[in-house]
Amino acid sequence: MATDAITLDTLAPGSSATIISVDWDMLALDECKRLRALGIDEGALVAVAHKGVFGSSDPLAITIGRMTIALRKIHAAAMQVEPA
Amino acid sequence: MILSERVALVGNPNAGKSALFNALTGARQKIANYPGVTVERKAGKLVLPSGDSIELIDLPGSYAFDATSPDEEVTRKVVMGEFEGEAQPDLLVVVLDAANLEQHLVFAQEVIALGRPTIVALNMVDLAERDGLTLDPQALSKALDVPVVPTVAVRRKGLTELVDAIAAMDASADFAAGAELTLPERRLAARNIAKVATLSESAERQINSGLDRVLLHPWFGPPILFALLFVIFQAVFAWATPFADGLEAGVGLVSNWVTASFAEGFFRDLITEGLLAGVGSVVVFLPQIVILFAFILIMEATGYMARAAFVMDRLMASVGLSGRSFIPLLSSFACAIPGIMATRSIADPKDRLTTILIAPLMTCSARLPVYLVIIGAVIPERQVAPLIGLQGLVMFLLYVAGIVGAVVVAFVLRRTVTAGQASGFIMELPRYQLPQTKDLLIGLWQRAWVFLRRAGTIIFAATVVLWLLLTFPKAEIGESQLDASYAGQISAVIQPAFEPIGFNQEMTLALVPAMAAREVAVASLATTYAVDSDDEEATEEALSAEIAARWSLPTALAFLAWFVFAPQCISTIAVARRETNGWKWPMVMLGYLFALAYVFAGATYWLAIWAGL
Repeated sequence: MATDAITLDTLAPGSSATIISVDWDMLALDECKRLRALGIDEGALVAVAHKGVFGSSDPLAITIGRMTIALRKIHAAAMQVEPA
Repeated sequence: MILSERVALVGNPNAGKSALFNALTGARQKIANYPGVTVERKAGKLVLPSGDSIELIDLPGSYAFDATSPDEEVTRKVVMGEFEGEAQPDLLVVVLDAANLEQHLVFAQEVIALGRPTIVALNMVDLAERDGLTLDPQALSKALDVPVVPTVAVRRKGLTELVDAIAAMDASADFAAGAELTLPERRLAARNIAKVATLSESAERQINSGLDRVLLHPWFGPPILFALLFVIFQAVFAWATPFADGLEAGVGLVSNWVTASFAEGFFRDLITEGLLAGVGSVVVFLPQIVILFAFILIMEATGYMARAAFVMDRLMASVGLSGRSFIPLLSSFACAIPGIMATRSIADPKDRLTTILIAPLMTCSARLPVYLVIIGAVIPERQVAPLIGLQGLVMFLLYVAGIVGAVVVAFVLRRTVTAGQASGFIMELPRYQLPQTKDLLIGLWQRAWVFLRRAGTIIFAATVVLWLLLTFPKAEIGESQLDASYAGQISAVIQPAFEPIGFNQEMTLALVPAMAAREVAVASLATTYAVDSDDEEATEEALSAEIAARWSLPTALAFLAWFVFAPQCISTIAVARRETNGWKWPMVMLGYLFALAYVFAGATYWLAIWAGL
């Protein structure tokens, strides 16, 4: 995995992107299952809707289709994206 | 053709399954647990136009059969017919959120591919329309090869058609099981099916993102949540007062009537001093409990609860938990039992165990009676600021003390007994919805009924036993009845252990039956003072007045502090045992709570003495 790749956690709220690869090894197995069941996987078009409270960057709310999903920065950091 | 006997609702979380279940069964519901696990089993009776009735089961929401949480596991096993003691449903009704078709079809395909008789309820079509989506149920039915019925559960639309479809489906029909697709294949198929079934689609919904912009705002979101929590606690104290006063007056009237109508003797005293003074003093807190549950149910029904979890996640992460724990913990403010049961949606076992262990630190509604009576007795009723009363403020501080305690305990637990990988937080934020009065009323009724049943059984029994212990043996002339009674003798034995933290004998006595249910502490004090007072007039005096006259301020504060951490009621220990599969963790819970309660009550007592209160 290239270190200079753009990951989902670095995007500003309001921007959307396509997930090009997910480093599943960074995440717990149950979390991988849950993310994939929600459709958050390679090829998905997502947008960052909200980010953090009180100036922190955790957690994130992303939209996929018409769903809004809350997840942690650690999950978003495992997802390489191509900004749309 | 064979009519179905058992129909199960399956679908993603937030597909509106429960609303559909309520609409189809009304109040004819039976809530129990699946054997061996504490996942709620919701079943109800569905009456067909023919007059036949069938059992309708509302299965826990799932994203996939590949289960990641205990309740998803239940759904999978029941649908597959693998759950022991639970017959396989003859017919499956897949509930889809019309506005989230593409996502919900992923699991729906998995269900349909089983080859069981299946009907799709295309739910919340009104919200989809509000979002600018026009769907074609026929096209969806053709693509999925099962009947599709558009419904709006909360407005009772499409229910007749759905019931007709259930009645028309042959339960013995055998369908070919579909090909087993991989997840990417199903996802691709879901996208194509959703495309075929969507006639037109306009841009994003406005209401949702607008509300989220405010409620999930990095700086405004948390203060809004805290303000809401403060309003809830003020409301519990202030709004319920007229209702509680009314109930109290009612109990007084009944008591007077019994005194006037029956001859003096054992049974009259049992009813007035035991039953009415004891159970009555607990039942008057029903309004408070109903108000608290009303707020929790509204937060859940509107979709705000998930936002609260989002806002709280950062804070919870700092003690090693996640925003997911916020929902069980908030439910624990009503009662630790549903709170502990709600932890089953937490996938991480360490995370879940920690949440179970700290759930009793959230001030449950059973402690409300204790707080209300004692605050009412010793804290003056005055305003410290506009709209903020001193009594409400003290109560708020007691709740805060419990929360701070929970934070510290969670922090310690996560670094010792439940140490492990930091937990994650992945959660769907459902769309905002207006809560439906009917669903709220059903939910409130179920909670109120649980409370009243406790009052009628466990609290009643504990009160009567306590009254007997307080009444016999009879005191000699010049001796106090309390000191002479068996109960007084028992409390005299354990009293030395509690004297250092400022507890008087009646308080020590109240702690014992309070293990059955904490509200009994109030019932116990009421019964004790009713038995102890010699003249009839004093009996009629309110419990608060008795306490105001008999307790010093440090003593009363120590008692409040004790109940912030109060050792568990028996039902909570039982549910913790079932959830953690053994006695080890409930014992850990009991031990640490007892130690904290003792230390905290003692510290409060001596600090108050030192401060000259």
